[in-house]
Amino acid sequence: MKKKQTPAGFFYRLWKYFASINLTIAILLSLAITSIIGTVVPQNGDPAIYRHEYGDSLYSIFSFFDVFDMYHSWWFRLQLLILTTCIVVCSIDRISATWKTIFVKVPRFNISRFRNASEKQEFISDLPVDHLKKVCRSIVERGFGYNMIEDKVNGFCIFAEKGRWTRLGVYAVHLSVILLIFGGLLGSIFGFDGYIKIPEGQTVDRIRLTGSEKAHDLGFGIRCDDFSVRFYDSGAPEEYRSRLSIIEDGKPVLKKDIIVNDPLRYKGINIFQSSYGMLRPKQITFNFESKKTGKVYVEELAFGDEFDLPENLGRFVLRNTVNPYIFHGNNLGKSVVGALISDRNEAVDIVIPFRFKNFDRMRRGDVSISIQDFSRSYYTGLQVTNDPGVPMVYLGFIIMIAGFYITFYMSHQRLCVEVIQDSNKTRVMVAGLASRGNMRMKSKVNKISRRLVELSRVRG
Amino acid sequence: MNSSNILSVITFVYGLAAALYVFSWVFKNKLSGNVATWVMFSGACGNAAGIILRWAESYRLGYGHAPLSNMYESLIFFSFTIAAIYLVIERKYEDRIVGAFASPLAFLALAYASLSPNITDRIQPLIPALKSNWLIAHVITCFLGYAAFAIAFVVSLMFLLRQRQESREWGILDHFPGLSFLDGLNQQMVMFGFFFLSIGIITGAVWANSAWGRYWGWDPKETWSLITWFVYATLLHARMQRGWHGKRIAYLSIVGFGAVIFTYFGVNYLPGLHSYGQSG
Ligand code: HEM
Repeated sequence: MKKKQTPAGFFYRLWKYFASINLTIAILLSLAITSIIGTVVPQNGDPAIYRHEYGDSLYSIFSFFDVFDMYHSWWFRLQLLILTTCIVVCSIDRISATWKTIFVKVPRFNISRFRNASEKQEFISDLPVDHLKKVCRSIVERGFGYNMIEDKVNGFCIFAEKGRWTRLGVYAVHLSVILLIFGGLLGSIFGFDGYIKIPEGQTVDRIRLTGSEKAHDLGFGIRCDDFSVRFYDSGAPEEYRSRLSIIEDGKPVLKKDIIVNDPLRYKGINIFQSSYGMLRPKQITFNFESKKTGKVYVEELAFGDEFDLPENLGRFVLRNTVNPYIFHGNNLGKSVVGALISDRNEAVDIVIPFRFKNFDRMRRGDVSISIQDFSRSYYTGLQVTNDPGVPMVYLGFIIMIAGFYITFYMSHQRLCVEVIQDSNKTRVMVAGLASRGNMRMKSKVNKISRRLVELSRVRG
Repeated sequence: MNSSNILSVITFVYGLAAALYVFSWVFKNKLSGNVATWVMFSGACGNAAGIILRWAESYRLGYGHAPLSNMYESLIFFSFTIAAIYLVIERKYEDRIVGAFASPLAFLALAYASLSPNITDRIQPLIPALKSNWLIAHVITCFLGYAAFAIAFVVSLMFLLRQRQESREWGILDHFPGLSFLDGLNQQMVMFGFFFLSIGIITGAVWANSAWGRYWGWDPKETWSLITWFVYATLLHARMQRGWHGKRIAYLSIVGFGAVIFTYFGVNYLPGLHSYGQSG
């Protein structure tokens, strides 16, 4: 539709190729299809597990193509690059025409386009032209921003339009896609994402980065003053809460309780409640029940402590903990490990899961050892992230939603009312053109023409 | 009578509405069509009442939250949105034949929620990760999108049926809406769905950022919603291409709804390293 008709060089053809809808369809479909791979093959897992799951040859093919981290692979990024290029080229290719339509001082109306419009109504009125002119004007003025009248020898023509600017909506949508892609890129280049465990009462200033063994210095310390977890009666977790302090130069500068969905933000770094765990208790109180006498002896022990049992039952040594403890294929969770050493120096391993405090009864020994109590202490697991791309991404979100609304639910509407005196009849035509949403335009045309007919009838 | 009982009854109300719509279409019976509309309408009202009652019940149990937190609750909301969107369309375009295809979907969604042994209708307290107002915005917008895509799906099926029978003179497709109407309605629904799916993905991303510190993690559910989004974006662009009108658009709409269903149900069967609701 524009001047360049010379079958110009390679660059021009390439340009047009990138501006074409065909390539857009191809790249969007290809993104949809290739994205499936990463949902079928778990991402960023342990290489050993992959090798076991897929076998050596498939594993090497997959890792050659970065299938195990496909959303960051060169070929996935290449698709995003093509998409971006498409959008940029396509927008530049079309913007000048759109710009000219939107920013003209005096919009040009082409009467023959209205006469051929499918959203059109025609009728005969008995009113004189002058009267109709006033009526039409007042009706059209109400619904449209710009309107003008062209007088003719035997009648007149009113043109009106509104929403010229809505033609920019599509550009906003495409711009927002680019903002999202660049925001994501910014975050993946300059941001970081890591994890720390902080035992209650301790301060940590380095995190381990996700997906690598590297550590990252935060430049300040995070102290966990307290951690608590609440459960519903059903046993499902209700709340995890960490009381954190930010430590700068040895002094706390900020205190906040964080829970899931309510993180702490400090110097562009976000600290999220992510997990928790129990630390090895310092002291454990055991019950030692003698089978013979039925007597129960209570003793509080620390790790490494020994306890000489009465009744010549032997010596108990509290060694350490294991996690998880697997018993006949069942995971019994974190457990205490000790040894019971008889007078004849024969040792029996004693394992007591924290969850099953009387587990040792099953052994049916001379003495059964159970956990009575222990001092609970936790560590909190925190996700620590920094993503400088977020503002750009959020801006993209806002522009995208606004852009969709404008493109889908608003349009550039043009209306024309033509009135021509023909011997003693007055012919009226109401016609509309819309950049989209022809249904809406049609109902608008019908409404306006109906009102005109009514007015004609009342007066006439 | 608790909300689950009410919703089980509503399942049959939708079933009845579906039967009446089909009857009125096949036998060209206007009366049963009128009745169908009223049955469908009362079904939608009852469905909404069930949702609100469930909301109240959760407060009585002591852990009140909007009923949008698990499979059962999302399904009952899904059936409501399908019914509501359909009724709006019926009112606007005064065509009931679409109802013969759309109302069975509302019925199926609710029947699956009420009858499937895998889905519990117990009201459960919210785990920490779900305690966010973004949850409400996220689920409502996603399901508005899904429901619109569901209707686009049945409209596309109707389009293909109609196109196949175009040459024949007689048959039950006699009073079928025309191809251009179906094509236009498909487009309308896809735009509506795309708009809300986009907001759904965006609110989900904002929520993930406030809960886990990253707005996008490529987990299977997120990725599948993006795949769905790409399919419908393809459809919107394909319409602008000449050779792509009509049939191909209908196929794309059907594929898109397949992706919606997979995002919704299928993702649970994929090997995932983590999933929603797991945190802490
Ligand atoms: C994820 C990426 C994209 C999204 C979400 C997107 C979204 C949209 C939407 C919603 C519309 C309006 C559709 C309608 O009017 O029914 C549109 C129109 C359009 N898009 Fe895209 N688009 C994307 C990528 C692209 C690309 C890569 C191109 C490259 C050529 C492109 C070219 C166009 C064109 C030419 C239009 C028509 C504009 C007009 O009506 O004047 N889009 N796009």
